[in-house]
Amino acid sequence: MKGLKTFSRGGVHPPGRKNLTSSKAIKNAVIPTISIVPLSQHLGSPSECLVKAGDNVTEGMLIGKSTGFISANIHSPVPGTVKEIKDVYLPNGMLSKAVSIELEGEFDRLGKEQNKRDWEGFSKEELLSMIADNGVVGLGGATFPVNVKLSIPKGKKAEYFVVNGVECEPYLTADHRLMLEKAERIIKGIQIISKIVEPEKIAMGIEINKPDAIETMKKAAAEAGIPLDVVPLQVKYPQGDEKQLLQAITGREVPSGALPIDIGCVVSNVGTVHAIYEAVVFNKPLIERVLTVTGGAIANPQNLKVRIGTPISSIIEECGGFKEVPEKVVVGGPMMGFTIYDLDTPVIKGTSGILALTSSEIHGAVRTSCISCGRCIQACPMGLNPTTLFKYIDHGDYTEASELGLMDCKECGSCGFVCPARIPLIQGMRLGKRMLRKKKVKA
Amino acid sequence: MSEKLNLLVESSPQIHHYESTASIMWSVVLCLLPAGIWGIWLFGTKALVVLVASIVASVLSEALMNYVFKKNTILDGSAFLTGLLIGYNMPPAVPLYVPVMASVFAILVVKWAFGGLGGNFMNPALAGRVFVFFSWTHQMTTWTMPKFFQAVDTVSSATPLGFLKTGLIDYKGAAHGPAQFLMQNGYPHTAMDGRFTQWINNLFGTHLSGGYYDLFMGNIPGSIGEVSALLLLLGTVYLFVRKIITWEIPVSYLLTFGLFVWIFGGKRYGLSFFQGDVLFHLLSGGLILGAFFMATDMVTSPLTRKGMIIFGAGTGLLTFIIRFYGSFPEGVSLSIILMNITVPLIDKYTKTKRFGVIENKGHV
Repeated sequence: MKGLKTFSRGGVHPPGRKNLTSSKAIKNAVIPTISIVPLSQHLGSPSECLVKAGDNVTEGMLIGKSTGFISANIHSPVPGTVKEIKDVYLPNGMLSKAVSIELEGEFDRLGKEQNKRDWEGFSKEELLSMIADNGVVGLGGATFPVNVKLSIPKGKKAEYFVVNGVECEPYLTADHRLMLEKAERIIKGIQIISKIVEPEKIAMGIEINKPDAIETMKKAAAEAGIPLDVVPLQVKYPQGDEKQLLQAITGREVPSGALPIDIGCVVSNVGTVHAIYEAVVFNKPLIERVLTVTGGAIANPQNLKVRIGTPISSIIEECGGFKEVPEKVVVGGPMMGFTIYDLDTPVIKGTSGILALTSSEIHGAVRTSCISCGRCIQACPMGLNPTTLFKYIDHGDYTEASELGLMDCKECGSCGFVCPARIPLIQGMRLGKRMLRKKKVKA
Repeated sequence: MSEKLNLLVESSPQIHHYESTASIMWSVVLCLLPAGIWGIWLFGTKALVVLVASIVASVLSEALMNYVFKKNTILDGSAFLTGLLIGYNMPPAVPLYVPVMASVFAILVVKWAFGGLGGNFMNPALAGRVFVFFSWTHQMTTWTMPKFFQAVDTVSSATPLGFLKTGLIDYKGAAHGPAQFLMQNGYPHTAMDGRFTQWINNLFGTHLSGGYYDLFMGNIPGSIGEVSALLLLLGTVYLFVRKIITWEIPVSYLLTFGLFVWIFGGKRYGLSFFQGDVLFHLLSGGLILGAFFMATDMVTSPLTRKGMIIFGAGTGLLTFIIRFYGSFPEGVSLSIILMNITVPLIDKYTKTKRFGVIENKGHV
């Protein structure tokens, strides 16, 4: 481990538990009879609904239109009939309008040979609009519309294009499997993005707990003859955060409040790169994604390629159901994911995993007062003081919290993970940030 | 999926480190046990009675506060630990009202008057000890000889540091350090200590004075839990392995203290600078107990690593000053609670370096 690159401040080492699924090849999940497709699956404004109850839809048909600069198109994952438009809760607890589609008719893509397009003939603008049309968003977690991220603002230059193959969240192995099984496509995707952002250097960060992925990607890059620098990294959470990854690889710090492009960098997650490849080469909209279904309570943990809109209950059933009673069902990784209480919550574009965790994996404990152990401070990758921030937020002093750097917090969960007093630090940070944004809007 | 599941919904992170407040407190208790068992063996059942009295008083006080404030904090172990530490800081033959008063004061006044666990700005156990020390000084400085020497003289026994403090007033003798001073003035030593010293002297050709072996093993009079440096260090190893304490406070504390003793410690024996007996002072009194188990109390020490180093260094300096120039032989308890008071200030001026922020804009 020594001598490998990593980020400088903070970080934690949660138990990885990736071995539950890391050797299991990606399987296609069963397609549900009813798909529930929310119209808000991305960062930014919800899409505009283009269908109504009773409409027939085809696989990959546009059903939600992007409504602004930061918004994304949404497509029907299955052929069928629109049953109703209803409100559903997203995994993060937000309410969203959703299109409920009953499976019916024939698939246009599934099980059929797809036409390949020669992407090299397209211009930058054409490539960007293909990505936007197909509703590709960042699959690493933030679900930021990718065409926006890849449009370099005037006066800025991308020196580095960094591919994020870190997958630092414990349990998750979807990106790992993708790198092993779809290395060629990822390399092509990297070439497509490189054509758009024209970087001077291309690098890819992979943690050393995935040596096979490092080898596979190195080999694939060499075969394709692209100058991809695959950088093995120490295992440390949250290395997959773009700010930490960029510091580990380039040594540069994204200034507080700025974006990676301000230090000449563009970052994309491997899942996103793969989706971009499919969007450009097959003209395929983002209607499915790879996710890891795992956790101590799942009978048969595996990596599945799942259609967007599939109810989580159907996926859990496909993995053999629960072998013991789960304490929590988590959508996403264990560090940043959300707990759900309704197993009919649908999979959306940002769903990287479904975990059914037992109490022995969670290590719950009685909440006590802060004992000032300082572990949260040592864990924070942004160099913040979470316990002090929490106290200010708890007392409603959001301005002081903001001066201490509250807005730098990206809710990675490192502080909450180490806190022996089990103080809901991240919940506090979220509240504080929300109140600050509200205040700004008012002012 | 028809069966109804009772799913827990809470904010991320969804998994936690296994350590909790209670596991930390009870682990510290566990690490303290060997030294306490030694104390009971060395001083007899009266030491056990003192320990039980202080723990019971402490836990009952916590229970009373729980009742008043409608909380449930007994199981977090902090009150038990406070009681245990108070017992460890008591002379073995102390009348029982002294440790009971120390515990009650520690829990009711020092801890709960400021909001209970996490709210106190002084280490409750030490504040309790200092409170009774000044209230019942005579009872708090009447020591019991370890079982090896009980035939010798049980009434006039003094701790090595206490013996030094009184003996060195107007001292004009020829001793070249504290160990030799004790030796020359008839301070009792075990036979094993003599053999050990001789063995070392033969092995290395040195002229060490006797006494270090007794200090290290704990064959000396003193507070119940502080005497055995060896067993306290044993517990400390586990604290480090579990990462419950970090090196910053104990190391900076002992280093600073040792440095000052080394530089100035020889002066009172007519030696020049840099001839102080560091080993003797590190092993004597409550220094090991204080540096590893009391100064490291999370609630009353700084949050950042930088702050911890400043805190440890300050405590080391104060302990040196009190022990060498003050009227008390000890100084560990007082220095730690004095430095406890400075913690908010230290925390204010030792900020962490933030990611992506260029410092030097200056704070208005």
